[in-house]
Amino acid sequence: MFRTIFLIASLAAALPLRAELRVFACEPEWAALAQELGGDKLSAYSATHALQDPHRIEARPSLIARARSARLVVCTGAELEAGWLPPVLRESGNAAVQPGRPGYFEAAQFVTRLEIPTKLDRSEGDVHAAGNPHIQLDPRNLLAVAGPLAQRLGELDPANAAYYAERQQAFAQRMRAAVARWEKEAAPLRGSRVVAQHKSFSYLFRWLGIVEAGTLEPKPGIEPGSAHLAQLLKQARTEQARLIVRTPYDSPRPGEWLAERAGIPLVTLPFTVGGSDKAQDLFGLFDETIAKLKGVP
Amino acid sequence: MFRIALLAVAATLALPVAADDDLKALREEVAQMKKAYEQRIDALEQRLAAAEDAPQKSQSPQDGAARGAAAAGGFNPEVSLILQGQYRRLKEVPERSITGTWPAGGHGHGGDERGFSLDHSELVVSANINPYFRGLMNVALKDGEAEVEEAYFQTLGLGRGFTLKGGRFLSGIGYLNEQHPHAWDFADAPLMVKALFGEHYGQDGLQLKWVAPTDLFMEFGAELGRGAGFPGTERNKNSAGASALFAHVGGDVGRSHAWRAGLSWLTTRAREREAHFEDTDAAGPNEVEGLFTGRSRTLIADFVWKWAPDGNPKQRNLKLQAELFRRSESGDLACGSEVATSPCLGGVGLGRLRSAQTGGYAQAVWQFMPQWRIGYRYDWLNSGSKRYDPATVFAALDPANAYFTSYRPKRHSLMVDWSQDEFSRLRLQFARDRAMQGVTDNQVTLQYIMSLGAHGAHKF
Repeated sequence: MFRTIFLIASLAAALPLRAELRVFACEPEWAALAQELGGDKLSAYSATHALQDPHRIEARPSLIARARSARLVVCTGAELEAGWLPPVLRESGNAAVQPGRPGYFEAAQFVTRLEIPTKLDRSEGDVHAAGNPHIQLDPRNLLAVAGPLAQRLGELDPANAAYYAERQQAFAQRMRAAVARWEKEAAPLRGSRVVAQHKSFSYLFRWLGIVEAGTLEPKPGIEPGSAHLAQLLKQARTEQARLIVRTPYDSPRPGEWLAERAGIPLVTLPFTVGGSDKAQDLFGLFDETIAKLKGVP
Repeated sequence: MFRIALLAVAATLALPVAADDDLKALREEVAQMKKAYEQRIDALEQRLAAAEDAPQKSQSPQDGAARGAAAAGGFNPEVSLILQGQYRRLKEVPERSITGTWPAGGHGHGGDERGFSLDHSELVVSANINPYFRGLMNVALKDGEAEVEEAYFQTLGLGRGFTLKGGRFLSGIGYLNEQHPHAWDFADAPLMVKALFGEHYGQDGLQLKWVAPTDLFMEFGAELGRGAGFPGTERNKNSAGASALFAHVGGDVGRSHAWRAGLSWLTTRAREREAHFEDTDAAGPNEVEGLFTGRSRTLIADFVWKWAPDGNPKQRNLKLQAELFRRSESGDLACGSEVATSPCLGGVGLGRLRSAQTGGYAQAVWQFMPQWRIGYRYDWLNSGSKRYDPATVFAALDPANAYFTSYRPKRHSLMVDWSQDEFSRLRLQFARDRAMQGVTDNQVTLQYIMSLGAHGAHKF
């Protein structure tokens, strides 16, 4: 057995090291952002895809293997990945990407988080002490994360630091222009009332001035029950909610139930990169999100 | 507020010099201003109160950065408490055992109490000690006993895929062995695990693991330990009493499938490992101690396959799991008794004993809708081959002893469980247990598992 281990170890050591910086992103948006900043100098792997609920991922062997050879782990943080990332990182045996090391990057630290609970108790559902972790749907948050991320890439790969900084400048410029355009396009949405499945869209709503007229989940992470849905139906009517939004991974059933009775449409927003055919990069993500929100009469 | 005070002061100062008419006009003006300001202050106070009441509060990113990384990596330890208990309906069997196997005795969380009973409550405390080490302690508490299930440190900073664990930990052999009872998919351990280790195999020692830098998950581990747990015994020596080797491979197939397979090897020695036997005393059988001294080797193959549509286990998922084992032991058998007429009086050697046994379990757990799962498990053991000199052994021990019996223990288990979320689970289990020859026990278990505290991040 020891000889086999030794053999495999020496084989692995003999493999030519791939030149590019290997990034392990917990969610597709961070893989996309890292790719925007790193171009062909890095390869980004996303541990989850748009059809997966990032709260409920299993610490699968494939994730441990990917974390093992990563030089940088980019995650949302704010406890979003608390259910699976700690064992993945621990089991990987990769010292460089442990929390607190330069190879571990938490995006949520660099933005102003919403919904920080005043009361921490499981009776309130699956609340995150650090606030709502679904920060990616406000593009200004992406801008706030891009700077520190480009800097971190430069620290880990000093030879290409200038390259990352340059790409970050270019990205910021394009993103700022796009934000101005999106804000203009979405101006008619200001003040409209929308029901969300989970607190997944708080940052998007705040950015565009949309009012959240209730959530299908009675409490974060708690499945919608019939009593709560009946109450929500009443609320949707009195508040004149325009539509219901869900992520691609939420079960469509509670939304369909409410949509049918309240007579308002249920819309699936891409939520992250890869969440729909058109949302193939960060720009496409917001183009598609605003188009879908506006597409409802 | 300041502005009002200023105004009031100014107004009083102005009073003596103003004419009566002017004074009246001024008073009215001041009164109006006061009223206006009071209204504005009221409005502001209301807005402030509303802002304080609102659950939506923001925090500046600077604060966030100062707080450090995830809470799990921070200063506060993760503390969790697992509450477990059940109602069991079992046949009354005086001394429950698995026919044809050497009883694992020692360790075990009961599991055969009838009626209502409380399981051990597990208290788990873990934290990163510094960027280089992590520590964990798991204590099982019940009625005046606190058993240290695990207490180990683990390196975080060794790098290059290496992790070293030291202290008391559940051995990495097989698949189920590293899981605590609250993470099991059934209310009890498979017969295989009961026969091999009692409940699970713990090591007091060291474990070194290495993960290969490949996209296919490959993990290799080696352990050295005290070896005091069954099938070994406490032997009071300086060298290691047990060693284990294991290898795991795993990966994904498409977006919806994930698997892991492993092969493990445990070798340890026993000195005068005890079991109850009946002797051949002409004056009537006595309960005597059967004693085994020798080497025990266990080989385990494990396999897990999980399916979840698009990698989303929340709605529906399927988990297939199987483990097989082969245990071979060789050494000397002896018996001992203090009964004057017993052929075992004072300890008698009974010659060589060599045995080889196999068995395993296979199970499927299907979450057919959110919160609801149903599972089926099949257990089997082969009493296998035992080689000894019958003339010597049966001169002292009754050939009817369960250990010498050729029998194939079997069990079918069916369970359904409901989980409000990952913190609470209620389970109903039916089992047809034929672990003992001549006894068919139809068992019913109604169980609860509740976890308080830190987010229970389980391994695959």
